Amino acid sequence: MEHKQDNKGIGRRDILKGLAALPVLGAFLASAGFKSAYDKRIRNSILEELNIKAATPPPTGPMAGPPVNIGLIGFGIRGEQLARALGFATPQWIEKIKTDTLAPPHDTRLQDYFEQENLNVRIAGICDVFDTNRETGIVASERNGHKAKGYRDYREMLDSPDIDAVVIATPDHWHAPMAIDALAAGKHVYVEKCMTHKLGETYALNEAVRNSEAVFQVGHQHRQTQSFLTAQDIIRKNVLGHIALIQTNTNRNDDMGAWQYDIHPDANPRTVDWDAFLGNAPRIPFNAEHLFRWRKYWAYGTGLAGDLLTHDFDRINCLLNMGIPSAVMASGGIYTHRDNREVPDVFQVVMEYPDFFVGGSKAEGKEKGMTFLYSASLGNQYDRGTLLMGHDATMQLGQSLMVYADPMSTRYLPMIEEGIIQPDVPIYAYDPRAEGVDAVTGATAKYFANKGLMYTYRDGKRVDATLLHMREWLSAIRNGGKVSAGIQEGFEEAISAHMATISYRTGKRVEWDAGTQRIKGIEDSLLEEIGMA
Amino acid sequence: MKNTASELRYTPSQLNLLVLLRMAIGWHFLYEGVVKLWNPGWSAGSFLVDSKGLFAGLFQAMAANPSVLEAVDFLNVWGLILVGLGLMLGALTRWAAIGGMVLLGFYYLSHPALIGVQYAMPTEGSYLLVNKNLIELFALAVLYVFPTGHILGLDRLLNIWFGKAAAAETPAEQAPAENRSQKASIPS
Repeated sequence: MEHKQDNKGIGRRDILKGLAALPVLGAFLASAGFKSAYDKRIRNSILEELNIKAATPPPTGPMAGPPVNIGLIGFGIRGEQLARALGFATPQWIEKIKTDTLAPPHDTRLQDYFEQENLNVRIAGICDVFDTNRETGIVASERNGHKAKGYRDYREMLDSPDIDAVVIATPDHWHAPMAIDALAAGKHVYVEKCMTHKLGETYALNEAVRNSEAVFQVGHQHRQTQSFLTAQDIIRKNVLGHIALIQTNTNRNDDMGAWQYDIHPDANPRTVDWDAFLGNAPRIPFNAEHLFRWRKYWAYGTGLAGDLLTHDFDRINCLLNMGIPSAVMASGGIYTHRDNREVPDVFQVVMEYPDFFVGGSKAEGKEKGMTFLYSASLGNQYDRGTLLMGHDATMQLGQSLMVYADPMSTRYLPMIEEGIIQPDVPIYAYDPRAEGVDAVTGATAKYFANKGLMYTYRDGKRVDATLLHMREWLSAIRNGGKVSAGIQEGFEEAISAHMATISYRTGKRVEWDAGTQRIKGIEDSLLEEIGMA
Repeated sequence: MKNTASELRYTPSQLNLLVLLRMAIGWHFLYEGVVKLWNPGWSAGSFLVDSKGLFAGLFQAMAANPSVLEAVDFLNVWGLILVGLGLMLGALTRWAAIGGMVLLGFYYLSHPALIGVQYAMPTEGSYLLVNKNLIELFALAVLYVFPTGHILGLDRLLNIWFGKAAAAETPAEQAPAENRSQKASIPS
């Protein structure tokens, strides 16, 4: 077949066939352009409608100046973790991570630890009633030739002028007595949740902190999670409409999760100051089970309410500021760990807030009131997710954050009808691990978003939330400023948790009198009887 | 390769279907590339973290190192776009097929459809060992062996410009031009 060729040897046919794909490329560009414009239009109209600002918590102040001298009270599981966040891991932990054959590949825990920020503190004192724990803590505290002094009695430590601040990670029944004594001695206090064990001491600690100049922080490190500020903005912008039901839960299914901790073989009446452990608890002979598994017994622990409900309560309280419920009812039982424990392992709490209203979309006066539901099982670990269920949208809260429009929403109905919003695709998704915000997410984001807790993310970098929380406390000590889980937050959470425990243990509905700031509906004698007075 | 581009002779329907397959795969690659390019928050990180199978450790290590991940993201996006353009336009078609196979090979190895393995990312169908990545990879292998860019595509012009053999597209249309080299060309 003959065809014309130019002087370079290229014929018209060559050009036609060489460029045969150009129309296809044109079609591609046109359709990709349309698709992009369509996505952008939907994304922008949703973002414009929602107007949510993704925010990072403001940085806390510098860790400059002389080191803060810390006294650690309680060097058990949590005490050791807190010491690590302060930069003082035990040699045993470092060795364990190095030789952990069950660790996932490319485990970065050690690297993260060695690279974590220096908070410029000295561990000046370690107090523990068990000699082995105390010695472990003293070894961990060694730095530049300095090591902590060991104490069996925390009062001696509080008397020492070498201590500026204390970190309390003891059994719950010691939290308030120690915190109150520490404040009286002029020490700053970081206390693990639940900050108190009984009602009376909750009122007393509240007073003590308010009358003190010292910085007081409750160990709710999740307040450092980056997604919470974004979630606060979502609430402020009334994206969810009126929230009438909040669902939170705990799901665990292992012995450690059910507080069946290991009993140290060296613990005996010679190595343990048993009376110091008991404190205000009923006098009983030495009992290693009680010493190591104290969370299972009412005399020392606060059960699911003080131990785990407090996390969820505070998570929601920091978004909604709903405070103490007007009434609480709780029920449950010991259904999956019948090992002579006293605290329930399946536990449901219903908290009523009849006056709760932060915004709605229906006619004025039609919407008001909310129930906060907490449901826990220590016999199943299916993740039920935290849900804030509003008339217009549902917020699913975890490390990441998803907002789904409700198909029957008053506010979004026009956008749903226009096809701009699809109820099964999040209208807002925030994953602090990714840069930027994705309004209309793809399947990938939807499925990957809810993975991994423990750590939070700052500028896409993984940081230990406990470290940030302690840093905030240390910054307030050094530079002034507020902490995020202070006495108001701690008081609201402790009272709410105790109301749940009292309701469970008495079978009664427990009410709160906002005027007198005391619980009502339960006789004092009954509170005395269950050791909650 | 025994077959060189210039020796291949296709019937019209063979040629048309091979070109259709080439353009469809090119379209798919190009769109996967631009969609990632247009989404500034996109990263392969979560996909890599979810890797399973023999090479999971390697892919997770890629995700764990921010600078490696950045390079992986860049190479992936621009790899997809260049492979897509190459296949669609028929430019350096065989190189594009190789590049596409390498990318698909990585995707397959990081998410093989093994028995008893589940991924966070849902699939839209049911797969056992063979999945769509593997099929697309094999399709590219077919396109590598049966190239068409030199007949319908920019390779035709590139070959002439760079003095390589042009091929006849069908038996009825044998390469007639005298000034074209009769020698076998490098895969283009």
